Amino acid sequence: MSAPDLLRYVLRLGDTSLILGQRLGEWVGHAPALEEDLGLGNLALDLIGQARLLLSYAAEIEGRGRDEDALAFLRDAPEFSNLTLAEQPNGDFGRTIVRQWLIDAWQLEVYEALQASTDTRLAGIAAKALQETRYHYRFSSGWLVRLGDGTQESHGRVQESIDALWPFTHELFAADDVEERLAAAGVAPRLDLLEPRWSARVSDALHEATLTRPSKVHFPWHGKHGVHTEHLGHMLGEMQHLQRTYPGAQW
Amino acid sequence: MNNPVSQDQDWPLFEVFIRSRAGLEHKHVGSLHAADAQMAVEHARDVYTRRQEGVSIWVVRSSDITASDPAEADALFEPARDKIYRHPTFYAIPDEVKNL
Repeated sequence: MSAPDLLRYVLRLGDTSLILGQRLGEWVGHAPALEEDLGLGNLALDLIGQARLLLSYAAEIEGRGRDEDALAFLRDAPEFSNLTLAEQPNGDFGRTIVRQWLIDAWQLEVYEALQASTDTRLAGIAAKALQETRYHYRFSSGWLVRLGDGTQESHGRVQESIDALWPFTHELFAADDVEERLAAAGVAPRLDLLEPRWSARVSDALHEATLTRPSKVHFPWHGKHGVHTEHLGHMLGEMQHLQRTYPGAQW
Repeated sequence: MNNPVSQDQDWPLFEVFIRSRAGLEHKHVGSLHAADAQMAVEHARDVYTRRQEGVSIWVVRSSDITASDPAEADALFEPARDKIYRHPTFYAIPDEVKNL
């Protein structure tokens, strides 16, 4: 196991939480009800908390004097290695729920397995994040079922979101050399072992929500290799604006 | 909240009760809207326990609460007013009694 591999892996996890958390933050003040506004805000803060732990760790592994803030606010899109799914725009409430639910189900498996990582720091972060993710999944899968098994309008919209976001799920379990080497060293879980569990959980929820699972799509997105959709650049423009305009600005 | 089409006007009101620590009673903390009791518990978690206020949540439909009539307050509560001996503090406690 090499330090560059570990760095890349921790960045992937941290960036996925950061970008998804930032996306959820865009809902604040705009959610369909005050109660959901706070709910999405809570999820966002949990995710950004995870990102802080992971990016701080990444900065230590890197050892070039950068900290979590430098990694979050001073990197450009090609240096981000989040899952492409996480950066997809919020769309309507149902679209946000589908994106959240797909990633929650993925994080549930990843964090649960990571608790047994030979890297104790990573195992500790995973144990904390797992508790949060269990609630996230409860929130997102609950809404998935309500919307899917709701009105004709909500069912149609949420099915459309599933069809639109499904191609991005291929990346969740497409292990590359980094992940395979780390899996062999017992640091990261083997993604091919997690996929059936994720798949069964997702199918159960879709069934309960009376939604249809799209057929398998092999469309290779490469967010974790820094190749992103156009949406990430726009999002970073807003997220990083203050720090780049006023370098070192603090609350 | 900006979109009138998706207003939650059909969601009923729930009253929320939070137990702040094990061993203490649940206390009324406020109300919120939710589609059903399960959603109300989750909303209560998000709205009322964000700062570690609780370890247990009860919710009940506001419409299921039967309340006393304020107009009957005199009839209900006035008779207790001149019976102060019902307060335990009315009695002097002997020094020998501990742990009361």
